[in-house]
This record gives sequence, structure tokens and C-alpha cells, in this order.
Amino acid sequence: MLKIMLRHISLLTLTLLILSFFSFSLAYLFPGDPLVNLTGIRNSSEQGYALLAQQYAMQDSFISQYWQYVNHLFAGNWGLSFSSGLPLAEEISRSLAASVELSAYALIFSFVIGLPLGFLAGLRHHKFIDFSLLSASVIGYSIPVFWLALIAILIFSIQLGWFPLSGRISLLYDIPYQTGFILVDILLSDVPDKEFAFQDALQHLVLPSVSIAIVTCTIVLRITRRSVIEVMNSEYIQAAYARGLSPRQVFLRHGVKNALIPILPLLVMQFTTLLTNAMIVETIFSWPGIGNGLIQAIYQRDFPAIRAGMLAVSALVLTFTITIDMVIQIFDPARRRPEHATS
Amino acid sequence: MNVRRLHISISSPVCMVLVCILSLMGCSPDKNEYKHPKGIIYCSEGNPASFNPQLDTSGTTVDVSSHQIYDRLLDFDLVTGETVSGLASSWTTSEDGLIYTFQLRKNVEFQNTSYFTPTRSFDADDVVFSFNRWRDKNHPYHDVSGGRYPYINSVGLADLISDVKRINRYRVEITLVRAESSFLSNLATDFSIILSAEYADQLQAAGTPELIDTQPIGTGPFKFKSFRQDRYVRFDAHPQYWRERSSTGQLIFDITPSSSLRLAKLMTGECDSMAFPTHSQLDIIRKRKELILDEKPGLNVGFWAFNTTKPPFDNPEVRKALAMAIDKNALMEAIYFGSAIPAASIIPPSSWAFQPDSKSSIYNPLGAAKLLRENGIEEGFSMTIWAMPVERAYNPNAMKMAELMQRYLRDVGIQANIVSYEWSTFRARLNQGLHDSVLIGWSADNGDPDNFFRPLLTCSAIESGTNRARWCSKEYDTLIDKALTYTNQEDRAYFYSKAIELINEKMPLMPIAHAFRYQAYRDNVTGIEINPYGGIQFRNVSKQ
Repeated sequence: MLKIMLRHISLLTLTLLILSFFSFSLAYLFPGDPLVNLTGIRNSSEQGYALLAQQYAMQDSFISQYWQYVNHLFAGNWGLSFSSGLPLAEEISRSLAASVELSAYALIFSFVIGLPLGFLAGLRHHKFIDFSLLSASVIGYSIPVFWLALIAILIFSIQLGWFPLSGRISLLYDIPYQTGFILVDILLSDVPDKEFAFQDALQHLVLPSVSIAIVTCTIVLRITRRSVIEVMNSEYIQAAYARGLSPRQVFLRHGVKNALIPILPLLVMQFTTLLTNAMIVETIFSWPGIGNGLIQAIYQRDFPAIRAGMLAVSALVLTFTITIDMVIQIFDPARRRPEHATS
Repeated sequence: MNVRRLHISISSPVCMVLVCILSLMGCSPDKNEYKHPKGIIYCSEGNPASFNPQLDTSGTTVDVSSHQIYDRLLDFDLVTGETVSGLASSWTTSEDGLIYTFQLRKNVEFQNTSYFTPTRSFDADDVVFSFNRWRDKNHPYHDVSGGRYPYINSVGLADLISDVKRINRYRVEITLVRAESSFLSNLATDFSIILSAEYADQLQAAGTPELIDTQPIGTGPFKFKSFRQDRYVRFDAHPQYWRERSSTGQLIFDITPSSSLRLAKLMTGECDSMAFPTHSQLDIIRKRKELILDEKPGLNVGFWAFNTTKPPFDNPEVRKALAMAIDKNALMEAIYFGSAIPAASIIPPSSWAFQPDSKSSIYNPLGAAKLLRENGIEEGFSMTIWAMPVERAYNPNAMKMAELMQRYLRDVGIQANIVSYEWSTFRARLNQGLHDSVLIGWSADNGDPDNFFRPLLTCSAIESGTNRARWCSKEYDTLIDKALTYTNQEDRAYFYSKAIELINEKMPLMPIAHAFRYQAYRDNVTGIEINPYGGIQFRNVSKQ
């Protein structure tokens, strides 16, 4: 187990180093002064500039500049945004939290819908309900997520007026920033009418999370369906029937668990796909997340924000993927890759 | 395989989810009725550059700061356009018009915020500080935040005032270099706001003077709370505000650069009012019964200016003939979608200097052709029309307008070529006088008609780049200067009517249209009034 952990941690460290190196080189690849692109401080005085240049070791070799950059990153000094002039570390952790929150709810949503439907389709293999669910999932999977979001806005916000179309909560509520997760922040805050604020935030969540969830939902459905079909056709299920267990008993005691275990890691991995989709949907729903922030940064040529934002997103996805992989390998020996060559 | 019974157990979570969704939907339609905290949300079009309108003339900065955070010594009456008392309860003028004495209102409290607690109410020191900041180049605050005061400089206010003196705690005396009757109007513009001297002293002692423009303090109806770029500006009500005020509670500017998104938010009720609906959205707003669209003639004018320094456009007869060739009424429909009125002079009807019986050009292509031939302009003569590349209220589509005019000019035998550049290049080349004629316009900053006559056509305005006709007439300049030496509106109106006559006779430019200004809001909001003299005001706004 220690070996697995070590291997994963070294993989993670190495990849993060490569990523940070790439983000550092962006400062040189973007137009303008690399020091300005790194710090985000424009129009500094001559002395201020000299001091910054010293802090970032600009007169030294490329490698020692990079080393200083990594030190600054770990010290939480990610530079300032060109457009707002605020520290990027804080800006990005705020918006990243918003994106993670949205993706997490969407993931839960797609599980709640996708898993039962997948079981249903699997159990009714090659029946009408199976075919209709399967074709619905193909349709759901083929719809571009931004188009879906726009249609959802047109129907449910503008025509029917059921749900709001922008932001995380009505601006009339001023929820102090604590964790970055709006629902948690509301519960922690001491605003009057907390329950209304919570309800309002839920309403704001519905359309964006459903639009993202639909694609993932169809993937979950199909993975589950395939697994259920396999399990229900396996010999031990037939044996259970032979022992006289009722279909309900067979399914609950043997079917569910065995169908879920092999696909669970696959399902959790959908989180990264979700995050990517969330970044698109954020811009449509004006969700103050990292995707929206990055698009704004690109429009405004806010180079420090692009650099730090890309590093933060890729580091998050990477850490998540490698951690999940590690956990799976620790708990499920069948999935361990052979350490030595096998014949 | 018997799975019929199974079906029920599997589908029950699905049912539960559906029930959850339906219950969420079920509770939403009546959401506006009871639960939200009090407040007005205004969907604005962009980020303010500062919270001090002394430093920036852009409408975005003015909207967010001028009438929310601050007050002025004087204000404009939104209906009559006259200057009325603001922080100055009364004022007197000396015989020679050089010394103005302002009696200040007592017990006017500055805002109490998380970053400043005032210990005294508004008095003469605040007035002296606010004026000296832009007036006195050696003032410690003059160079804070850049030291540029664009509006004040453009009207020459700093050079006009020779002294601002405190007489006693509630009396201030302002001495001018020369008498100028537009002086009071300039004090009522969005830019002549009053800052807190006590706050400035505190900031200077703390070594952070620049905070005065980013964490503002004023005497206005709303106090600044927070600003997040691209997201929102939050204000709370100023509970000790000196005027009567409806109970709006908080005021929030929801920064939404896309106009279609602003409209969508207005439809769903996420905004109570929106900035700048586009011409194509007006009909949509009119059709929705829960939305209200107010319109009011704006203080602006769109015009076609001839470069009077270039032959043959230096000949007034040629300019008049060209103006006669254009059908203004057709332009109203095609370009403004009926959201403007044809202009008879450069002065819009809402100004007191408007002359109802003044006659500009009348569409007469035959007469135009005849007049052109008489003045030596033969068939096939070629000229340029410069069309500005940006959208403005006074001319939402200069390019299309130029194309229509091209056709009218062809009817009188003139070949017109359309020229356009990127906006800053366009203005730079106009300043060099490279154009034959240009489609452009002007929006006024205050209610005084001098704000039209002086920048548009006086000789000195050629240099500062607002006289696009490059027309210089001693006679005209004398009329405009004379008008300012009188304080009585009727006396001034006489000189302005003479000036309008002169413009119609010489036709340095052809006035085309005065565009309406629009304000869209939801039907449960009251008290939103279009301010023709500048930024939006939320003081009297309330929501049911």
C-alpha cells in the first residue's frame, strides 16, 4: 500500500512541477514584460520594479527564476489581476470553489437520476423501456451543453419564469464569504431570513446544474446499464435464482452491490468531464466560477489571471484524478497494475 | 425473469426526485411576494472607473456615483431644467456677477460606513476642499488618482474661479475672473460633487489618500458598501440623509455588459431596471405588460457637419443646397426607428433656449440641384461623408445613415463616398480636418444651452476638437459670449435666437435629430425618472 501511495505522490509531484513550469513559461510567451505578467503589477515605480525583479530573481538564470516563482506560488503569492488589481490567489480560490460546488451538485444530480434509470434499463434489457431510455440517452449525450443551457433559459426562465437565469443567489442577499460554497456560507452566515436565502440559492442552482448533469446523467445511465446486464447474466445470479430466492432478494443482495463496485470509480471520474462542462455553462448563467473568470480574463487580456487560473484548474483536475486512482488501487487489488512484466 | 415487482422499488427514487423538482418549481412563482430583503437592483452596463465623477466623465462612473453617493451645491430641476438649491440652501450674486455667496444647509450628515465615522456635519470646509482639489494645482489632493479633471477642464471652470473662501461655518464665497451666467449650471452638473474634508484629512494622516476615490464618502442618499469588478456595486441606504427619501433599503448595480442579458434579467425580475435598452429591444419591452418603458427627448443632437475650411464647402450656398437634398423625415424611421424627433436647430426642444419657430432646411431636391449648379457644382461632383464607427444615442447607425444620404445626393448629381475608421483614429483625423463632411453629434452635460452653442461652433472649439464644421465666425462668437454676460433667461434667449438664425443662414452643419432617452423598469417600481442632465437618480425610487 505504501508503495502505491509513494508511486502516486511522486507522479503527482512531477506532473504538478511540469504544469507549474508551463505556467511559468506562459509569462514569457504572453506579450509584454515577463515580470509584469508574473506579478500583475503595472506602472510600478522604478524602485518598486527593481525590488520585484530582485524578488523574482529576474537577473538570474531561467531555472532560478522558476524556483522563485514556485516559492511565490507556495507562499500564496500568485500575482495581481490586471483588470481588478486584486490578489489572484483569493480571486481564484473563490471562483474555483463556485465551480466545484456547481459540479458537485451536478454530479449528485446525475447519480440520483442516472443510476436508477441505468438499473431500470439493465433489468429490462432489450425491452421497450430499455430501448427508449437508451435512445433518450443518445439524444441527451449528443446535445451540446451550451445549447441546452440556452434553451433551458428560454423556456424555464424567460417564458415560464420559474427559475432565475444568472448568478448564485439574488444580489439582495449579501452572504459573507467564508468557505466559497454558497449553500454552506448561507448556513454559516447570520443573515436574517436564512431559509429564504437558502431557497433562493437552490433555485439559482437548478438550471445550471441540470444542464450540466444531463450529459453526465446519460453516461452514468449507460455505464450502469451495461454493468447490470453483465451481472444479472452471470452464473452466481442464476445460482441464486436456482436456490429459490425471489427476484427482489436476488437483485438487492447480489445484483446492486456487484453491479456498482466495478463502475464506481468510472462514475467518480465523471467529475472531471463535469468540471469542463461546468466551465462552459458558467459563462451562460453568469455563474461566478473559474470558467467564467477565465473567459473574462481572456477577453480582457488579463495575462496573470489566465496563467494562474489555468494552473489552478489543471492542478485541481490532476490532483483529483490521481487521488481517486490511488484510492481505487488501495481498496480494489484487482485493479492494480502489474508491477513487473508478466508473461 | 419476473421483474414486475422490482419495478416499483426501482422507480420510487425516480418518483422522489420528480417530486422534489416539482416542489421546487411549485414554490417559485410566488417568490417575489414575500421573502427577498428590500432593495433595488439596477442592471448597469459596465464597471465604473472610479467612484468620483470629478475624475471621469464616462456615463458609467457618473451613474454609479454622482447622485447616489454625493450631493452638489445646486441641482437641476428635472422638469424645468432650472438650477435649484442642493447643499446650498440659497445664494446671492454681486452686482457685477463676479462674487457668488452660498448659504449652506445645516445638519447635513456625511455617511457613516465601516471605514469612516464622521464627527461633524457638512460645512464650508467641505466645499472649499472639494473645489480646491481640482482648482488648486498645489493642493495635496490635486494629483491623487491622476490629477486629471476632464469635465472641469473642458468647460474651463478652474480658470474661471479666482478664489473659494470660507466666510463662516455655513457660508462660502466664490469669486470669478469674469462674469459667466453658465457658472451656476456648471455647479449643478454631475461633476461638481462635494467630498468630505474630514475624511480626506483622516486618509492623509493614514497615508492612503487615494482611498478617497475608491472608498467614497459623501452626503448622498446611499452609502457605498462594496464593489466587485464585473459583478456588482452594493450600496446601503444613508439613514440620516437630509432630504426626504422613500424606503428603498439597499441599492445594487448588477454589472451586466451584454444588453440582451440585461433585458433577460429584467424580464425574469432579477433586475428592477436596466441601463440602455437598444433600439431593437424597445418593442419587446413595450409588448411585455410587466415592463414599463419611459421615453423622454434627450439633451442631444445628431448632425451632418461640413468642413467649412475646404472649398467648395466654404460657400454657405453650397452647404444649404446639400442640406436641402436630404429628407430628414425618412432618416427618422430608417435610422432611429421612430425614437427621435427631427431637429430644426442644434438646440433640443427640452432646453429653454429652444426656438419653436426656427426653420432649418426643407427637403427640396429640385431646388437643391438648381442651387448647386448656380454655385458651380456640376453633375458628378464627388465628396466624402465620414460616418462614425460607434453607436450613439444621437446616431445609432451612422454608416447606414451615410448610405441613405448617398442616394439622396445622387439624385442631385453628387457622388458621395463613405469614409470610416476605427473610433480613435476617426477622431484624430477629424481633428486634422481631413473630412469633407461628417455624421456625428453631441450630448449635453448640463441644462445650459451654452453647452451646445460653445463647444459645437465657436472658433476656440476648433482647437479643442468639438467644432467638427471648423466654422469660425466672429459674429457668432460675440453673440455666444454676450449671452453669458446676462443672467436673465429671456435676455440670453434673445442672443441665442440670433445665433440660431445665423446658423440657419450659414448652415455650417445640418441638424438631423434629437434622440429620445429610454428607461426600462418593472411595473412594481416607482420613482424612476429620466435625468436629461446626466446620471440616473435612485433617491425617490421604491418597490412594492
